[in-house]
Amino acid sequence: MVTEASWAGDPLARVLPAVKPRKLAKVPFVELAEGRLQGVVSSGSDIDRVYVSSIAAGSHGRHGRSCSTNNNRPCGGLNGPYMCKHLQALVAEAVMQYGQDRVARYLGAEVPEGGALASWLRGSKEPAPAAAVFSRFLRHLAYLEVPASTAVEPEMQWFRGAGAA
Amino acid sequence: MVPRRGGGLMRGAQTAELLGGPPPGVPESMGLISGFDEALEHGLARLGAQRAAALAGLAGALGGTAVGGPAREAVAKLSAGSVAREHLVALAGARSALLGAVHDALLGQCDAALGRKRAAWDREPEPATPTGPGEAAQAWLQELAVAGWRGLDQGHVDGADRPVEALLADPAAGRGLAVLLDGLAAELRACAPIGPGEQVPTRRWADLWSRAMLLARQPAPAAAIAEQVTGRLLPLGVDVLEHGTAVQVLVYGLLEVAGAAPRLVRAGVTAAKTDTISGPAVWRLLTAFPLLLTALAQHRSLEVREMPASADGKLVWEEERAALGEPADPFATARVLLPEALAPATAPLDRHPVQLNELVLLESYKTQGESWAVDGQSLRVETDRLPAAGPLTPALLKASTACIGLLRHDGAGWLLRPLAVQAKSKGAITAYHGGDWALGPTDPKVVKAESKSGDPVAVLRERAGRLLRR
Repeated sequence: MVTEASWAGDPLARVLPAVKPRKLAKVPFVELAEGRLQGVVSSGSDIDRVYVSSIAAGSHGRHGRSCSTNNNRPCGGLNGPYMCKHLQALVAEAVMQYGQDRVARYLGAEVPEGGALASWLRGSKEPAPAAAVFSRFLRHLAYLEVPASTAVEPEMQWFRGAGAA
Repeated sequence: MVPRRGGGLMRGAQTAELLGGPPPGVPESMGLISGFDEALEHGLARLGAQRAAALAGLAGALGGTAVGGPAREAVAKLSAGSVAREHLVALAGARSALLGAVHDALLGQCDAALGRKRAAWDREPEPATPTGPGEAAQAWLQELAVAGWRGLDQGHVDGADRPVEALLADPAAGRGLAVLLDGLAAELRACAPIGPGEQVPTRRWADLWSRAMLLARQPAPAAAIAEQVTGRLLPLGVDVLEHGTAVQVLVYGLLEVAGAAPRLVRAGVTAAKTDTISGPAVWRLLTAFPLLLTALAQHRSLEVREMPASADGKLVWEEERAALGEPADPFATARVLLPEALAPATAPLDRHPVQLNELVLLESYKTQGESWAVDGQSLRVETDRLPAAGPLTPALLKASTACIGLLRHDGAGWLLRPLAVQAKSKGAITAYHGGDWALGPTDPKVVKAESKSGDPVAVLRERAGRLLRR
């Protein structure tokens, strides 16, 4: 039976942890979705170009990686044993936004205490649906185009944010 | 000095009456609600005998009311293994009706304790007509109910995307259902699939599911406008409510109109956002409302002219019908006018304990961490969920000597959600209000932190401008 004072019985139970503020210019979009850490990284040289980068959940320290432009041209830095700079930025910003523990847990990565996540995500090139990730990014951006509502929305009473840090 | 009785000033007598235990019938009703919520947790497609009996108990409690018959029929059909949309709506309606009764009992207890006068609801019900996006939303909610929270996978969760997009693109549909579905979907996405040993926010998700089910067949909110009001709006407190893709700034205030007692009203503006825009940055999403934001940041009144208002005390904010007024200290206003103020009735669909947010003024209390002593009575205070968009902190609350806040009920009892405090610092009394940062943070430390991480709204708008319109 659900008791009133419990988390399960609280209509305002906190489900999602707070998202920490971070600089968005380099990596405007990061998410843990579809079994991957995926996101969009702004190109360092061309303001109109972005890279769609992802690291798949895996096991035994092996994680498929993918990085290409939004026009599906593969990133030149992806072929070596190290992550390209876009993937490095993606991991760093994901750790900033969600905390290292949450990202590591989602990816199934085993990071020893005091270790940095990026060093425990070995793996090689693997195809990923860059176009679909890019369209999720555009959907994300489209929220900024929705006009503000001027009515009191009682539904928002169920959403109190995660609270001040 | 004899304590003034009435209208929202919280002294020991009021606090004692409020903390005297739940009104009769409330614990029993919440037990029946829990029965439904547990059934929904495990899915309505395969009800065992025990859960079917729990649902029958809920329907039975409403025997003799308009929702009792349809609820009883819905339970019979569900128990026989058939899950139809109309039966789910009937059960959501039954759950909502019972919570409505709990809401009324609790509000009655609160009004009696505070000596608060309240208007009666005198509107005829609007006919409910399902809209296109509303039907798509109900179809998704039906899939969730069949699977139960414990049977969800990511595919179920993705089903929310299309109805949400359709609702956001349709201004006539109202924003409420879209923000509700989006908020629920984000939580389900983070949790599904749920392992056998993991806890589920059973009550919360049942609340969101039921409200969405009923909201999907409501008339557009424009239909609820009852009158146009002209007078002076004195803001008393500001709350900032948010999830990943929406933020609402909600202003609680008093409306003075010629020849009548001041009325408690609310005005709210809601912006769509991304999860990476949070804290003080959310105010930058609301630059279309410079008068409202200026009034909040500078503690000024607003003159409103023929502003649309609903019968439950909600203003529909139109900047062109407002003008900035004189400076008005919310604490002074609360001391003088709150005892006389007339509180609004609650709209039928909003009769839910979560919607209990009664504005009060507290003075002469002693802060003791998470509960404050008010003339010897111990009142719980919500110190751990202060909006990040405003200046209130646990330390300020601890140093406070007066507080404007909302009385709310969390199932275990009444507690105070602070919106503004007066606090002693360096020998002087300073006021801190939830809307103080509406035109930008005033705390140098926060300004510094913000400039370090840059302006997320500007960065994402630039990206949107470059990438969206290709």
